[in-house]
Amino acid sequence: MLAPLAPVATAQVQTPSPQLAATPSGNADEGKKLFASYGCYQCHGREAQGSSATGPRLGPKPIAFTAFSQYVRRPTGQMPPYTAKVVSDTDLANIYAFVQARPAPSTGIPLLRDQ
Amino acid sequence: MTNRRDFLKSAAVTGAAAALVPSGAAADEPRQTPAATQASAPIAPREVDPSDGGEVITTDRPGGDFMVDVIKTLDFEYVASNPGSSFRGIHESIINYGNNKSPEFITCCHEESSVAMAHGYFKVEGKPMAVLCHGTVGLQHAAMAIYNAYCDRVPVYIMAGNSLDATLRRPGVEWSHSVQDAAVMIRDFIKWDDLPISLPHFAESAVRAYKIAMTPPMMPVLMVLDGGLQEDPISPEVASRLRIPKLTRATPPQGDSGAVAEAARLLVNAQNPVIVADRAARTPAGVQRLIELAETLQAPVVDQGGRMNFPSRHPLNQSSAARQLVAEADVILGLELTDFWGTVSAVRDGLTRTSRTIAKPGTKLISITALDLATKGNYQDFQRYPEVDVAMAADAEATLPALTEACQRLITADRRTAFETRRRRLAEAHGRALERARAEAAYAWDASPISTARMTMELWAQIKKEDWSLVAESGIMSDWTAQLWNFEKHYQSLGGSGGAGVGYGAPAAIGAALANKKHGRLSVTIQGDGDFLYAPGVWWTAAHHRIPLLAVMHNNRAYHQEVMHLQRMANRHNRGVTRAHIGTTIDDPNVDFAKIAQGMGVHAQGPITNPSDLAPAIARALEVVKRGEPSLIDVVTQPR
Repeated sequence: MLAPLAPVATAQVQTPSPQLAATPSGNADEGKKLFASYGCYQCHGREAQGSSATGPRLGPKPIAFTAFSQYVRRPTGQMPPYTAKVVSDTDLANIYAFVQARPAPSTGIPLLRDQ
Repeated sequence: MTNRRDFLKSAAVTGAAAALVPSGAAADEPRQTPAATQASAPIAPREVDPSDGGEVITTDRPGGDFMVDVIKTLDFEYVASNPGSSFRGIHESIINYGNNKSPEFITCCHEESSVAMAHGYFKVEGKPMAVLCHGTVGLQHAAMAIYNAYCDRVPVYIMAGNSLDATLRRPGVEWSHSVQDAAVMIRDFIKWDDLPISLPHFAESAVRAYKIAMTPPMMPVLMVLDGGLQEDPISPEVASRLRIPKLTRATPPQGDSGAVAEAARLLVNAQNPVIVADRAARTPAGVQRLIELAETLQAPVVDQGGRMNFPSRHPLNQSSAARQLVAEADVILGLELTDFWGTVSAVRDGLTRTSRTIAKPGTKLISITALDLATKGNYQDFQRYPEVDVAMAADAEATLPALTEACQRLITADRRTAFETRRRRLAEAHGRALERARAEAAYAWDASPISTARMTMELWAQIKKEDWSLVAESGIMSDWTAQLWNFEKHYQSLGGSGGAGVGYGAPAAIGAALANKKHGRLSVTIQGDGDFLYAPGVWWTAAHHRIPLLAVMHNNRAYHQEVMHLQRMANRHNRGVTRAHIGTTIDDPNVDFAKIAQGMGVHAQGPITNPSDLAPAIARALEVVKRGEPSLIDVVTQPR
């Protein structure tokens, strides 16, 4: 029997980061594995594409790493906290690299035109 | 003729006499096999009179025939049932005396399927389907589906067999299948029940049950049918008293005129009114009435989706902005809301549970709901107490015309100008929301597992020019259909299960598809994998009864909602999520849903993991469905 989780807050806006220079370098391939093993995909989708029901889209242009990290450690919405005890700073950098590396969506998909 | 009671009395005497024969005589009798002692054994052997010359037990007019006469006046098209001996009398009367028409017997493989089929059927057809089951094990199986229907305010007409006279029961199974008070197990979540002790009593209660079930708030009802009443001949004395009462449906309750006037005053003078609808549109007329009110006020409408309340492409449909609209509103009108408190509040399920009101202080809340007329205490589906300013204990659909007229009378030229400005603003917002949804749908478009947006739009592309009906969505899927499909008609969206009891999706979809069949509509369902596995025998029912239905699976190989709950717990307890799959995922091995469906006689394809394979698969499935049969496509999808 399902008890639905509350709808996600829409506070996380995907805007280009002005602080990319401060972003630690991460390994996107490693981040992909961690994105799955830490269960990020469960709310945000395997491609970090997000869901209106569970968690917002994270990539390909994520919020600044500082804000990203802060939210993961101390979320203010429905997301459960991922402390450093559970997800190390290195792992978090790799995950960030993965969501950054997501491809931009195709444009002009016929099925998404006005119909 | 000898009735059942007299026959069984003589059989009991014979049985007792047989017990007194010498042991040598008993040794000549056939040995009783172990199978004969099992619950599924046909009829207990001791009931059979082995002597020659016993009286032939027949009747041309059993009580079940009269029950069928009564039921036919209630205009049931179908009775869904998994067969059972406690209602063998009326079963036989339906298929022979009643010629298996009105109602036609629909063979189900589980009582939960019977009730959920009736649930889905009602939401298309607007009238109940009958269900027959055992008063004991049948109702036990049916209970969760009955609870769903209760929470969803859907009438289901349930008849349960029972054997009341303990001295007439067959030894063994019939005792296990008898109960003093069959209804007690489900009485907390049905509207009414009765146990008629005569056929005239049955007639009156049968008509009364229908009337009660169909009066808002609608809910399931139960009639318990004694086996003797079904099977025994109708005596001349009883025959002289038989009549079928006239059914007069109760008109739904309308809101008090003073409350309607006050609500109109608040709505017309509001700067930022919002209309929120959940189970408001009981019928197609409800959709039109809500459009009239919204356009009169040029007010935004948030459709919470309990029913198809408001066209998705109407410029005043602002469902995707619900939270923002509630936060900015000065008047909120709630129409048959399941949860008004939750509509105006935010709850955080974090390290501690917190909640806060998101509506501004002073915002006026107006509620119209028939649930205020019938709230029970045990099951807690009534949600938290909403502190509203105007509460009409009334049916929203029935009240809307009076409310719209009252608003029209109060609108001045100034207000009309303000409304026009609001209309333009909302139309622009609606257009932007649709474009945003389309842009978001493009992400992960080519991913495997297949994105739910891609699956939704591949399906839409091939059904949008048909007379389609989305009969169920049993996997939670990011609201893509609500955001991207063009819902216009009442039957195009039927809402959810009501009680969130998983296992509703497949049988409700098949029941709804059965209702759509005679209208020539294309029934489509999005079928969750967890839901599929509850009582998959219903796919055989779909194949057996030639019920056309296109089922596209949202197979994320998990009870995904529970995966996330486990993740939440694990993180809250600082233990990581690496074991959250234990007990929550449906893999190792992956279920071959197509093979299961094929084994039930349903055309099926999959598992499909490449998004490019989806369109051709849908095209093939549609050919089957248009021939009048069900077809299922197993699609391996993203979690949401």
